[in-house]
Amino acid sequence: MSPEKMVHMANQIAAFFKSQPGADAAERVAAHLSDFWEPRMRAQLLAYIAEGGAGLDPVAIAAAQRLKPVAA
Amino acid sequence: MKDFIIPWDDRDMGTPERQGAPVTLSIDGFEVTVPEGTSVMRAAAEAGIEVPKLCATDSVDAFGSCRLCLVEIEGRKGTPASCTTPVAPGMVVHTQSEKVNRLRKGVMELYASDHPAIGLTDAANGDSELQKMAARVGLREVRYEPLADHVHRRLADGTANPDWRPVDDSNPYFTYDPAKCIVCSLCVRACDEVQGTFALTIEGRGFDSRMSAGTGLDDYLSSDCVSCGACVQVCPTGSLQEKSVAEMGLPERSVITTCAYCGVGCSFKAELRGDELVRMEPYKGGKANRGHSCVKGRFAWGYATHKDRILSPMIRETINEPWREVSWDEAIGFATNRLKAIQERYGRKSVGVITSSRCTNEETYLVQKLTRAVFMNNNTDTCARVCHSPTGYGLGQTFGTSAGTQDFDSVEHTDVVIVIGANPTDGHPVFASRLKRRLRQGAQLIVIDPRRIDLVKSAHVRAAHHLQLRPGTNVAVVSALAHVIVAEGLANEAFIRERCDWDEYLTYAEFIRDPRHSPEATEALTGVPAAELRAAARLFAKGGNGSIYYGLGVTEHSQGSTAVMGIANLAMLTGNIGREGVGVNPLRGQNNVQGSCDMGSFPHELPGYRHVKNPDVRAIFEKAWGVAIDPEPGLRIPNMLDAAVDGSFKGLYCQGEDILQSDPDTRHVAAGLAAMDCVIVHDLFLNETANYAHVFLPGSSFLEKNGTFTNAERRINMVRKVMAPKNGYEDWEVTQLLANALGAGWNYTHPSQIMDEIAATTPSFAGVTYDLIDRMGSVQWPCNEKSPEGTPLMHVDGFVRGKGRFIVTEYLATDEKAGPRFPLLLTTGRILSQYNVGAQTRRTANTVWHDQDLLEIHPHDAENRGIKNGDWVRLASRSGETTLRAKVTDRVAPGVVYTTFHHPDTQANVVTTDFSDWATNCPEYKVTAVQVGRSNGPSDWQEDYAAQAANSRRILPAAE
Ligand code: SF4
Ligand code: SF4
Ligand code: FES
Repeated sequence: MSPEKMVHMANQIAAFFKSQPGADAAERVAAHLSDFWEPRMRAQLLAYIAEGGAGLDPVAIAAAQRLKPVAA
Repeated sequence: MKDFIIPWDDRDMGTPERQGAPVTLSIDGFEVTVPEGTSVMRAAAEAGIEVPKLCATDSVDAFGSCRLCLVEIEGRKGTPASCTTPVAPGMVVHTQSEKVNRLRKGVMELYASDHPAIGLTDAANGDSELQKMAARVGLREVRYEPLADHVHRRLADGTANPDWRPVDDSNPYFTYDPAKCIVCSLCVRACDEVQGTFALTIEGRGFDSRMSAGTGLDDYLSSDCVSCGACVQVCPTGSLQEKSVAEMGLPERSVITTCAYCGVGCSFKAELRGDELVRMEPYKGGKANRGHSCVKGRFAWGYATHKDRILSPMIRETINEPWREVSWDEAIGFATNRLKAIQERYGRKSVGVITSSRCTNEETYLVQKLTRAVFMNNNTDTCARVCHSPTGYGLGQTFGTSAGTQDFDSVEHTDVVIVIGANPTDGHPVFASRLKRRLRQGAQLIVIDPRRIDLVKSAHVRAAHHLQLRPGTNVAVVSALAHVIVAEGLANEAFIRERCDWDEYLTYAEFIRDPRHSPEATEALTGVPAAELRAAARLFAKGGNGSIYYGLGVTEHSQGSTAVMGIANLAMLTGNIGREGVGVNPLRGQNNVQGSCDMGSFPHELPGYRHVKNPDVRAIFEKAWGVAIDPEPGLRIPNMLDAAVDGSFKGLYCQGEDILQSDPDTRHVAAGLAAMDCVIVHDLFLNETANYAHVFLPGSSFLEKNGTFTNAERRINMVRKVMAPKNGYEDWEVTQLLANALGAGWNYTHPSQIMDEIAATTPSFAGVTYDLIDRMGSVQWPCNEKSPEGTPLMHVDGFVRGKGRFIVTEYLATDEKAGPRFPLLLTTGRILSQYNVGAQTRRTANTVWHDQDLLEIHPHDAENRGIKNGDWVRLASRSGETTLRAKVTDRVAPGVVYTTFHHPDTQANVVTTDFSDWATNCPEYKVTAVQVGRSNGPSDWQEDYAAQAANSRRILPAAE
């Protein structure tokens, strides 16, 4: 997946959960990513963050850090 | 092949069923009790007595014109018509007497003398009700010489007969011969009452009168007729007759089955002569359609025997080579070798499947089982990804299940209907007819759509409000409706306290009450006048039973899932859940979208919508299948294509889907497919995806297999094999061949065994068996110990998840915005006569109604660009460009253009982008920023594409 597309998708998810009441947006984004993103996609997200994570919503970054490591 | 015997009463009862207090009367000495308001004719039919009739049938109100159904009633003068006379307590009726027999015979004799063409006294014309009645009343000779007739082009003296009209054969599927018309007006009533199109009238007076389609200048094709066939079905004389019957003769046997087109899921009698299908007649016992149908189901089945159908398996090394026809063994062997090699080299997760919403539940179940239990990963997806996946997410979050809440019968009890992002008269025609009937009875309609769909204003139907929003602003409009309801104190707090999570409601109410959600604040953004929106919200909240029907205009957006939650909020706010006449009703596109989702087609869910991460759920299937199931979600269709381009996804088994044509951003789909080593297409035709395939496995049509489809009401309908598969195998058998060649060791011998496995593993299907469906005709899931006969209405005593959940729905604009380069917004849809990517309907005479996709553009935008009606125009977005012809119309608002996607040469999806719903990746088909300009003809892309397709479709003659 192109990095732009991945960033766009991750930010969309973050935007929804940020709009929800409560202070647990990052947890909920993480749960959403675990439930719906195939391990390859999560791995790509983590790799991208390791390289700086340009353009990613801070909540998406915080969420990614809560992801369980995955065996691809 | 065993024919299915119809176990249900299929007689014509003469007049429609009534509800009311019981009334008891005596007919020919038998006592019979029927609801008040029932006609004497129907009461007699209930007692097993058939009164002769010509102008009555149980699908339309009686009219009393033929006078054949006369009876005698003690204490009443004369001989009243039994079809128009309601029963009364203690009435004593005689349907046979010397007097009525004489009168009936006289009536028939007059018809016979006026209509020599029908040959009433000879036995040739078995389909004609008129003829049956002639025999019933014992008419053997006609004493009158006709003074004038409708039949002969010339009179005896050689002059032109002024009463003669030529046969109208403009409709591709049936003819109208005015010479045989007895002016019973059944067709007119069927068109008005059943179909709701009002295309027919009776022209002229007395002997001169005849039925006419449209005005005197029209023929059937140029009239408003939508070719549903209801008029043909009721015609008692063969004046309206199917061309197929004229060509092939009358059918000899019939099998009840289910339409394979849209999510309405109409039941049909497939009527056959030998092994040849002669006619499809909607089946009265079908609970989705109640005896009605649309042009597709009734008439557009010729594709099943179209010459383009591929009947032998084919393979090729690379997609640049021509296809080679091979044996099944060789094709399956080739496919398995490649798949194994791919998995060895690129890993377990490098292959996957796409299941089809056009295939049966049993077939879908096997395809997802193939990936989970044989490929050992969860890479399965289905085309519902690109249509209703947000429904799954949105309703799952709010109500606890993605299921639509009602059955179609529910619409008969509704008072206010919101239709949002759906175009039922085109997409779900039979539902639309039922809705229109309710609207004519006085229910109110609110349409929320960027385009002026037919329901906004058509014969005898007017929407109370049309909120013509800008594409992409659904969430803002739905939230504004909720704002008005909450802020004006119209919310049904009693319902909410009892049925929903109150604390969550309070949070939601505070959120939605904020002035930023008010219609005044959002008007500039949505384009919907605030006063109109307020009035619509008040109507919905106060108008009685409120129901919401929605389609892909809601889901196919960046905020598709959020909009679905907003709709669920509206229903809960107004207490419109859990009884007849209300509810949230996703109108599913294809025949088995519901079923394919139920069957575990999504990569994160096992059958019955249970996440693969749950060990208890996996355990059920691990036990049944004897394998370990991957606990991680698999790839969705767009993710598969991305992974293919990245080089980690190499093999795909695609059953009955055409992702190249139907998925957005065609270039990206093509690149993904081209990057794979083994694409297996299993379909009736060499579809567009097959241009990139290495293996082609021929499929069987719905007429050639057994199985079940589940329609938009969760109704599981039986699909019955009416002829042997022309390709040799039913589709589930093909999947089994492939699985077994990969070592699966499956041994299903009938789809009923697959259903038994589904029932054993999936709680909502626990009670479903083929026997039960045969016995009940159909059953709506959940069907289990709690509701052994299924569940017409969901959430009756409480939500599936317990308390209904209000979810905050903040409007977030899509990033797909109109700007200087792409100033217009494109939205897409479909039309009645064509279906989805058109693979089936384009191969029928339905093309007379739609032979190409057109771009609808507002006169103002057209004029600015120098575009006239019918001009070739170039449609460009940041993804790509295509060309098509323009249709200048004010159905679309300024700034909005619209097209359909039924034809592959248009390739509207070259233009759509890769933006998608935030939660489900459902593509944002409904909003693309575009520019439109004049053009001279096909774009380079279209020409290249056509060349590639032609090259890719070459087939070598079979090797000896
Ligand atoms: S085919 Fe249907 S729409 Fe057309 S005239 Fe007959 S009833 Fe009306
Ligand atoms: S396409 Fe839909 S409405 Fe038409 S006959 Fe088939 S199921 Fe019924
Ligand atoms: S059937 Fe009753 S008048 Fe024709």
